[in-house]
Amino acid sequence: MALAAKNLTHLERLESEAIHIMREVVSEAEKPVMLYSVGKDSAVMLHLARKAFYPSPPPFPLLHVDTTWKFQEMYKLRDRMARESGMELLVYHNQEAMDRGINPFDHGALHTDMWKTEGLKQALNLYGFDAAFGGARRDEEKSRAKERIFSFRTASHGWDPKNQRPELWNLYNARKNKGESIRVFPISNWTELDIWQYIHLNDVPIVPLYFAAERPTVERDGMLLMVDDDRFPLLPGETPVMRSIRFRTLGCYPLTGAVESTATTLPQVIQETLLTTTSERQGRAIDKDAGGAGMEKKKQEGYF
Amino acid sequence: MSDTLVNEAIYQTDALIAEDIDQYLDTHQHKTMLRFITCGSVDDGKSTLIGRLLYDSKMIFEDQLEALQSDSKKVGTQGQEIDFALLVDGLAAEREQGITIDVAYRFFNTEKRKFIVADTPGHEQYTRNMVTGASTADLAVILIDARKGVLVQTRRHSYLAHLIGIKNIVLAVNKMDLVDYDQSVYDTILEDYTQFARSIGITAFTPIPISGFKGDNITGLSENMPWYKGPALIEHLENVEVDQLSDQAKPFRMAVQWVNRPNLDFRGFSGQIASGAVKLGDPVRVLPSGKTSTITRIVTLGGDLDEAVAGQSVTLCFADEVDCSRGDVIAASDNPPQAADQFEATVVWMADEEMLPGRPYWLKIGTQTVTATIQQPKYQVNVNTMEHLAAKTLDLNAIGVANLSTDRQVVFESYADNRTLGGFILIDKITNATVAAGMLHFSLRRAQNVHWQPTDVGRESHAAMKNQKPAVLWFTGLSGAGKSTIANIVEKKLARMNRHTFLLDGDNVRHGLNKDLGFTDADRVENIRRVGEMAKLMTDAGLIVITAFISPFRSERDMVRQMMQPGEFIEVHIDTSLADAEARDVKGLYKKAREGTLKNFTGIDSPYEAPQDPEIRIDTGAMSAEEAADFIVARLIP
Repeated sequence: MALAAKNLTHLERLESEAIHIMREVVSEAEKPVMLYSVGKDSAVMLHLARKAFYPSPPPFPLLHVDTTWKFQEMYKLRDRMARESGMELLVYHNQEAMDRGINPFDHGALHTDMWKTEGLKQALNLYGFDAAFGGARRDEEKSRAKERIFSFRTASHGWDPKNQRPELWNLYNARKNKGESIRVFPISNWTELDIWQYIHLNDVPIVPLYFAAERPTVERDGMLLMVDDDRFPLLPGETPVMRSIRFRTLGCYPLTGAVESTATTLPQVIQETLLTTTSERQGRAIDKDAGGAGMEKKKQEGYF
Repeated sequence: MSDTLVNEAIYQTDALIAEDIDQYLDTHQHKTMLRFITCGSVDDGKSTLIGRLLYDSKMIFEDQLEALQSDSKKVGTQGQEIDFALLVDGLAAEREQGITIDVAYRFFNTEKRKFIVADTPGHEQYTRNMVTGASTADLAVILIDARKGVLVQTRRHSYLAHLIGIKNIVLAVNKMDLVDYDQSVYDTILEDYTQFARSIGITAFTPIPISGFKGDNITGLSENMPWYKGPALIEHLENVEVDQLSDQAKPFRMAVQWVNRPNLDFRGFSGQIASGAVKLGDPVRVLPSGKTSTITRIVTLGGDLDEAVAGQSVTLCFADEVDCSRGDVIAASDNPPQAADQFEATVVWMADEEMLPGRPYWLKIGTQTVTATIQQPKYQVNVNTMEHLAAKTLDLNAIGVANLSTDRQVVFESYADNRTLGGFILIDKITNATVAAGMLHFSLRRAQNVHWQPTDVGRESHAAMKNQKPAVLWFTGLSGAGKSTIANIVEKKLARMNRHTFLLDGDNVRHGLNKDLGFTDADRVENIRRVGEMAKLMTDAGLIVITAFISPFRSERDMVRQMMQPGEFIEVHIDTSLADAEARDVKGLYKKAREGTLKNFTGIDSPYEAPQDPEIRIDTGAMSAEEAADFIVARLIP
């Protein structure tokens, strides 16, 4: 058995860790689900799931908590990936938000709260999922840096940052009482650069919006927004302008700021990412409210 | 902000990114990873050092830097200078109180490596958090304030890092700028530490004089300390050997996580290789069954592999249809690990509720989950002085050595040989909280050599001779509820029906078998364990056993239930309100408890956990003792 020692690269170790985590969840949880937001982190997470269980398809469904305000390109890729992976795709819309016509233009924070936070809780309750994979990374935000990989939620989906279970070695305690659930973050230890490198090395399909192209845009409140469909209410004097833009993160199109760019290949995108001087989530309006503790507060309320 | 340090040679990567991104990506796709932990308190400059590492390796973006600058002026502790500590203290409570409460994980890169830093709090009340952070680390950076030298906390941190098996220890003597970069200060500290390290078994460590705040000896060697000839901190972190590599030299072991069975033609065993390497055609052994086979395929989505090594997650196929499922361990056939059910282990207690010797906990080790009970600790370790202290139990953050036994055989190795097969966690069966972490030392010889003695006259014959079905009527309830009174009437009624019975009464047992036990939670657990074992022997003898014990804890009643054959354990809750029991106070005990002369009295200053779903519930307000006894007998013998 005298093989030459093989120094695993950081990506190989991160991949192995994520696969290990997913297999533990499938073995110990009763009804797992993968939260799929169609962004690049979700794309990597889905790819890892396919690796973890190959040649079986991943033994859980994909859940997209939709707001109806995602980019058209995202819906296209979502449906394609569900088909290719052989997984069931569940799409959930918060009916109340739908009925009340909650939208990002008129309702601001309420839009995120109702469609995403409430929608997620409703979907988890509806299907009775006891473990949900999420693509959050610890390098994204301060409170996430302190969150466990197996993160417990009370029956009302609350997170108690001061009362987290110790998590040692690669031993995960997935036991819970009835009604409680776990959010599991298999790519906790990945950075934005790791995600890009992995996509590059493994040809992971991602939404084309990550690459630069000429797209119709307006500039508003210092953010460059893309006019993705005719629901975009133009203010007096606003006319969409074609600009070469791309997105660093993807969410609801009216809340997601673009950057001007000419990066049309993955290496160019990575190059731009490395040379940039602002952190990734800056393009998203969601983190800006409630000061430094914004995300911690959202998580306590049940946001991923 | 001293920009000169940022421009040290190590971080001159921007040029390559801009000029030749493909070349850059190629380099960075071949980087290795090092996980390390920083130990020290805020005063030692730990957060400042991490902030410095992130800043110098450009992991802080402009918008974060702006936020940091404004925060530093508002709540920082460094005057007008940037307070890097604010960058890493993430929870609202931490920022308010200016302390680190929980483990945070931080990331940065250099040309050679990706680094994951576990940033852990340093105070004694956060020992569990430090152990948690250390469990995944290849290396520990122990921070010392050059002005203060080796302190109690330095000893504690070093001991914990060593305990958790970290082989690479860096002694970072920080704040050298505040002692004028004086070599003699450094030398004295080094001498002190060397002596201490040797005394606890640390044979090698790397000392580096630094200033996290000013950046000396972090990314490059400092001009302020020309007398220092060793590596800068980053240089050392980039070159030290990671555990993943040394694990490959050990014999092959993989704990099976999941059996992959998409159709009848494929059966694979998925897991992460814990140690060693495996290649096609290797003979392997499945434990604990001991069955052997050979490896025919190593399957991954990207195509089959010829070989795989420690750290990789794979799916293995065998040449034969050998039984193998989650919890089993696949190992080199000529060098397999052992299985045992009794061990000596170091236990780190991590819950507010103290450890209860004798209470059953879930024990998870690798992918095996079993029931385990821990005996009274042999000793507890004073984490500041490393002295061994006598202890009856372990409370939050306590570390001790104890024997433990499991309800079935566990495939294991000593923690020193294999972290995956030697490290375990304990889980409370009621709350499901992770209450402890542990490290197996070795199995106890008696587990290997004491075998169960089969007897020729079995329990069925004993019961048949008495013409009855053995059972345990387990009475539980508050003191003064009427357990003994009702139990006594039940026994008389059964005797009249020619049933062979035996009544075990709480007070009587405490005069004999259990006279060495008091009324602490730990002693109560042991009391019930012994009674349970005795009741079990009596049911083996064919008897109907009646027990009358307060037995306040759900876990122990469930433990006794597990000892018995299915259906034999009948839990009888004598349900009286505390007010009623206290009003009757036949023995005058409640009065004493209220006066404070009787400690640990159930219902007063010790909890009673009522059964949630007992086989029989007697409401003493609704029936007399006589009626209750009739009701119980009717349930037992319909």
